[in-house]
Amino acid sequence: MTMREARATTAEPELPARLVKGARPTEPSVEIALRVERLSAFYGSAQAVGEVDLAFVRGAVTAIIGPSGCGKSTLLRCLNRMHETTPGARATGRVLIGDVDVYAPATDPVEVRSMVGMVFQKPNPFPMMSIYDNVIAGPRLRGWKLSREQRNELVEHNLRRAALWDEVKDKLHRSGAALSGGQQQRLCIARALATDPSVLLMDEPCSALDPIATYRIEELVRELASDVTIVIVTHNMQQASRVSQRAAFMLSGDEGVGRLIEYGDTATMFTTPKDARTEAYITGRFG
Amino acid sequence: MSVAAAPGMTVAIPARHRVARRRRIVERGVLSVLACGTVLAVALLVTILGYVVVRGLPALNLAFFTQRPLPFGEVGGGIAPALFGTLLLAAVSGAIAIPIGIAAAIFVVEYRSGRFAAPVRFAAELLAGLPSIVVGVFVWAALVRTVVGHYAAIAGAVALAIIMVPIVARSVEEVLRLVPQSLREAALALGAPRWRVILSIVLPTARAGIVTAAVLALARSAGETAPLLLTALGNEFWSADLFRPIAALPLQIYRYAVSPYEDWHTKAWGASLVLVLVIGTIGLLLRVVTRQRVR
Repeated sequence: MTMREARATTAEPELPARLVKGARPTEPSVEIALRVERLSAFYGSAQAVGEVDLAFVRGAVTAIIGPSGCGKSTLLRCLNRMHETTPGARATGRVLIGDVDVYAPATDPVEVRSMVGMVFQKPNPFPMMSIYDNVIAGPRLRGWKLSREQRNELVEHNLRRAALWDEVKDKLHRSGAALSGGQQQRLCIARALATDPSVLLMDEPCSALDPIATYRIEELVRELASDVTIVIVTHNMQQASRVSQRAAFMLSGDEGVGRLIEYGDTATMFTTPKDARTEAYITGRFG
Repeated sequence: MSVAAAPGMTVAIPARHRVARRRRIVERGVLSVLACGTVLAVALLVTILGYVVVRGLPALNLAFFTQRPLPFGEVGGGIAPALFGTLLLAAVSGAIAIPIGIAAAIFVVEYRSGRFAAPVRFAAELLAGLPSIVVGVFVWAALVRTVVGHYAAIAGAVALAIIMVPIVARSVEEVLRLVPQSLREAALALGAPRWRVILSIVLPTARAGIVTAAVLALARSAGETAPLLLTALGNEFWSADLFRPIAALPLQIYRYAVSPYEDWHTKAWGASLVLVLVIGTIGLLLRVVTRQRVR
C-alpha cells in the first residue's frame, strides 16, 4: 500500500490533480499553487493586514519581506488558518489552493493544515518524543494507518529530504530536544514534510540559528522548492535574495495596517524596484 | 571607611558617610526582622513535629497497627480500621475528584476563548474557599439524609472529593499553562484536531506535574476532619462497606482526644504521629519519583 493509498483510507480530501506530487505541467508556464484574494487579518477590532492580493508560483520560493511589525507573519499564518487559533483573531477574504477556498465556511481548518505545512521561528520539536516519533507525529496525529515498514520508510524519506538522516540515523530513539538548534529546525522541517503538504510555510526559520546552520537550511530550501511550493518570511534581505525567486514586500501604514506594496521577481525587485518605498527599504533607508 | 585621626582631634564625619552608615543599619535591621520571622515559622514546625513524635511514640506497637479500638479498660486496641478507612476514603475521593479536576483545568486552559472559561475559574476559586464543615453539612443534607439514609463512607468520599476538585483544578491549570504554546502550535500546524493536540501532546508533556498535583490533593484530603464528622461518622469496627460508616484517622484522633482517659490521649498522639507520617511519606515518595523522571 503506497502512502497515497494509506491517506485515502482515512478519508483525506482529494487533492486537485496538478497538486499531486510528481505531476509536472507540460509547458513551462507559471502555475499558481496558492492564490490570495483580498485577505485582511484582525486581532479583535485592530486590523493587522489589509486587503492583500498575492499569487504564489508553484515550485518557486517566495519570500515575504518587510520591516518588523508589518504583518508578514500574520499574513503567513492566515495561509494555513493558524491565525485564528489566537483568541479573538479572525481573517476575511479568500485563500485558494487549487480550487479549494481555505476560508469557505464548508472547509475544515484542520484539513487545510494538513495540506499546508508550517515551520516556526524557534525550533519546536516535541520534547516528550524521540526523533523517530517526532517525524511520524503528523501522520500519527492525523490517524493514518501505516505498517511498520511504511512508517520506517516515511521517517527515513523525510529525514533525507531535510538533510538530517546521516546525522541522526543511529539515534532515532533519542529525544527530539537533544539536538543542536540547526538540527532541531531540520527535524521540524522533516516533521512538516511528513504529511506530504503541497505548500510549506516558513516563518523566519533561521532567525534563531547560527550562520552555518542558517546556510544549511537555505541550501535545503533551494533543494525542496522543486517538490514543494515554499513561502518564507524573512527580515533578512540578503537571505531573501539568496533563497527566493519571487518576493513580496509589505509595509505597515500609519493606522498599523500591513499592506502589500510590491510583488514580483526577486532579482528584478532588488535591482529595479517599481515603488519608491520598496527602494527605500531595500537600500536600507529604513527597516 | 575609616578617617585617619590624630589623638585628641575631633573629626566631623562627612555627610555621605553618615548616610551610608544609616543605610547599613536599616538594612541589617530589616534582615533581622525577616530572619526572626523565618526562625519562628521553622521553630513552630519543628516544635509541633517534635511534640507529636515525643508524645506519640510510646503509643506505637504492633497491636496499635493491627487491632481495632477496644472499649476503655481493655488492654491494647489500635487504629487499624482508621488507617484502612483513611486510605479507602482517599482512593474513592481521588477517583471522583481527580478526573473532574483535570477535565475542568483542561477546559479552562485549552478553550480560553470560550465564554465559559472565566466563570468556571471563578466558580473553582469560590469552591476552594468554602469552609470544609459547610461542605460536610451540604453532603449530609444531600446524601446522608436523603439518598443513602444513614451515615456512609461514600458520603465521606463525596465530601472529600468536593474539597479536592478545586485544588486539583487549580494546580493542574498551572501545570498546563507551563506547557509552551509553541508545542500546541506545532501540533495544530500538522493538521491535528484540537482534542488530539490535548491528548497526545499537552497531557503527556504535563504528566509529571499532573501526578504531583493529584497526589498533593490526596494528601490534603487525608487530613480533613470536619466533613467526615457528618458523613462518614467513624466506626469502631472493621468495615470496608461504602454504604456504612467507616473509620478514619482524623476521626479516631478526635474521638481519642476528647475522651477523659489518659491512655486514650496517648493513643491520640500516636494516631496523630501516624497521620503525619502517612502524609509526609506520600510527599517524600513523590519527590523521589518525580526527580528521577527528569532526564
